Amino acid sequence: MNITELTVHELQEKIKNKELTSEQITKAYIDRINEKENDVAAFVTICNDSLEQSKKIDEELNKENNIADGSLKGIPIGIKDNICTKGIKTTCSSKMLENFISPYDATVIEKIKSEQMPILGKLNMDEFAMGSSTENSAIKITHNPWNLNKVPGGSSGGSAAAVAANMVPWALGSDTGGSIREPASFCGVVGLKLTYGLVSRYGLVAFASSLDQIGPITKDVEDSAILLNVIAGHDEKDTTSYDRPKIDYTKSLKNDVKGLKIGVPKEFFGEGISEDVKAKLKESIEVYKSLGAEVEECSLGAVEYALATYYIIACAEASSNLGRFDGIRYGYRAKEFSDLKELYVNSRTEGFGDEVKRRIILGTYVLSSGYYDAYYKKAQKVRTYVKKQFDENFKKYDVLLTPVAPTTAFDIGQKKENPLEMYLADVCTVSINIASVPAISIPCGVGKDGMPIGMQLIGDRFSEEKLLNAAYTFEQKIKFRENYKPGFNK
Amino acid sequence: MNVDKNELLHIAKLSDLKIDEKEIDKYLSNLDNILEYVKILEKVPIADLDETIGANDNINVFRKDEVKTFENRDALLNNAPEIERDMFKIPKVL
Repeated sequence: MNITELTVHELQEKIKNKELTSEQITKAYIDRINEKENDVAAFVTICNDSLEQSKKIDEELNKENNIADGSLKGIPIGIKDNICTKGIKTTCSSKMLENFISPYDATVIEKIKSEQMPILGKLNMDEFAMGSSTENSAIKITHNPWNLNKVPGGSSGGSAAAVAANMVPWALGSDTGGSIREPASFCGVVGLKLTYGLVSRYGLVAFASSLDQIGPITKDVEDSAILLNVIAGHDEKDTTSYDRPKIDYTKSLKNDVKGLKIGVPKEFFGEGISEDVKAKLKESIEVYKSLGAEVEECSLGAVEYALATYYIIACAEASSNLGRFDGIRYGYRAKEFSDLKELYVNSRTEGFGDEVKRRIILGTYVLSSGYYDAYYKKAQKVRTYVKKQFDENFKKYDVLLTPVAPTTAFDIGQKKENPLEMYLADVCTVSINIASVPAISIPCGVGKDGMPIGMQLIGDRFSEEKLLNAAYTFEQKIKFRENYKPGFNK
Repeated sequence: MNVDKNELLHIAKLSDLKIDEKEIDKYLSNLDNILEYVKILEKVPIADLDETIGANDNINVFRKDEVKTFENRDALLNNAPEIERDMFKIPKVL
């Protein structure tokens, strides 16, 4: 048995049946990390003490004659490096936070710890989650396990690459404009961006607070439902989190989509979307039809404006959120300065990378006197326009089906010098964050280049159960994981 | 050009960032490209729409105004670049 090939729901069963111990599982993953980290470079921090934790958890598990169904005790996890972990570095892959050790846990980490899941390490990302390729990391460049010359996507590139390479059983990422879904698509794994407010953002280092949401990156849909059960819930420390009745999302996986109404917005299949991607998506539509779903073309014209809206709103919020990095209480401080103002300016100028500075400048510009109405206020109105179009569509359809990204994973270095071209990688994903709705990215096949292609299913707010069932039913039919595996090609 | 050098330097100053003389052209062109791109929003029929403020419908979320002690004070101070007698140290301001 190759332990690291197993999904989390398979690991749960093995632990319950006493076929595997937590120590065996964690050891297998640490060995795998040691074997693959040189090639993939997914980790910012590796937590070797997770093995000690596993041994302690095993002592408890040994005493339990009947391990509870759904127990996650002893199953390890990887965490994107912008989610605060007490006592473990949280760098946001930035020189600014290179040595930052959070004095507290994010709410999602408290939940993970209460399940007794050891943390295997912190995963690489674009600096402060700004990017679509993980090339903006100040720490290292992560490589796509399917082809090491390609990017893993971003910003949760380390999380997606680590899951695809079996270096972690599952991981947490964060999604502001596609940062869970695009890397999941590029790496052939499942990524779930949740309804805004379903999961607490307390302890997630803020990029754009009205768009950010933490979510699972997993090997399959069932694992996403399991991890969602752990992290969802109201939190007093995040006033934008919703207080809703607790749901067991695994119960929504029915393997049946008969009568499910799927809309396919034609604007997502226009210019700029590669023929390869279009072809696989068309095949996927046929799969849904064969499973008894009702599929119909629809229109979501507002998507044309979503990317422009997104970059104005996200950068505006980022310019404000990143104002806190001043070299005083934590983070990088410049060596040379003559007064307090220069300390701020030099620390920020030296501590932030190019893309972060570019976005702070854009954000400050659109919020500045004279431009606020023309850019920021207008974008906030267009946000309403985008939301209304989604609302209209969800009166008719249960889910919308679109590509995740215009292409498969691109070459490392290919888009690095052209920020606008890089932003276009997010063209299919940002409208979802603008509208605060959930969406899932699941692999639907591979392109001519042998790289995975993702399908995106979008649901109305708080329709995660419907969304997960639609994804699960498709996954059970096409069995992507059984048919395709990353080859670590060089 | 949507933005000139003086304007860029003003924005940099507001952002507490310094732009090196030799980087100015690159920043100007990047900023100009994106400002050109977002002009697409001029086409959207938004005259009758309200702004979206906040991403969900929660309004006036209150909790009890209670003082809570943060126990992990040392870990907090350990992150500071410079401290003196349990206080953050900054350069002279007066």
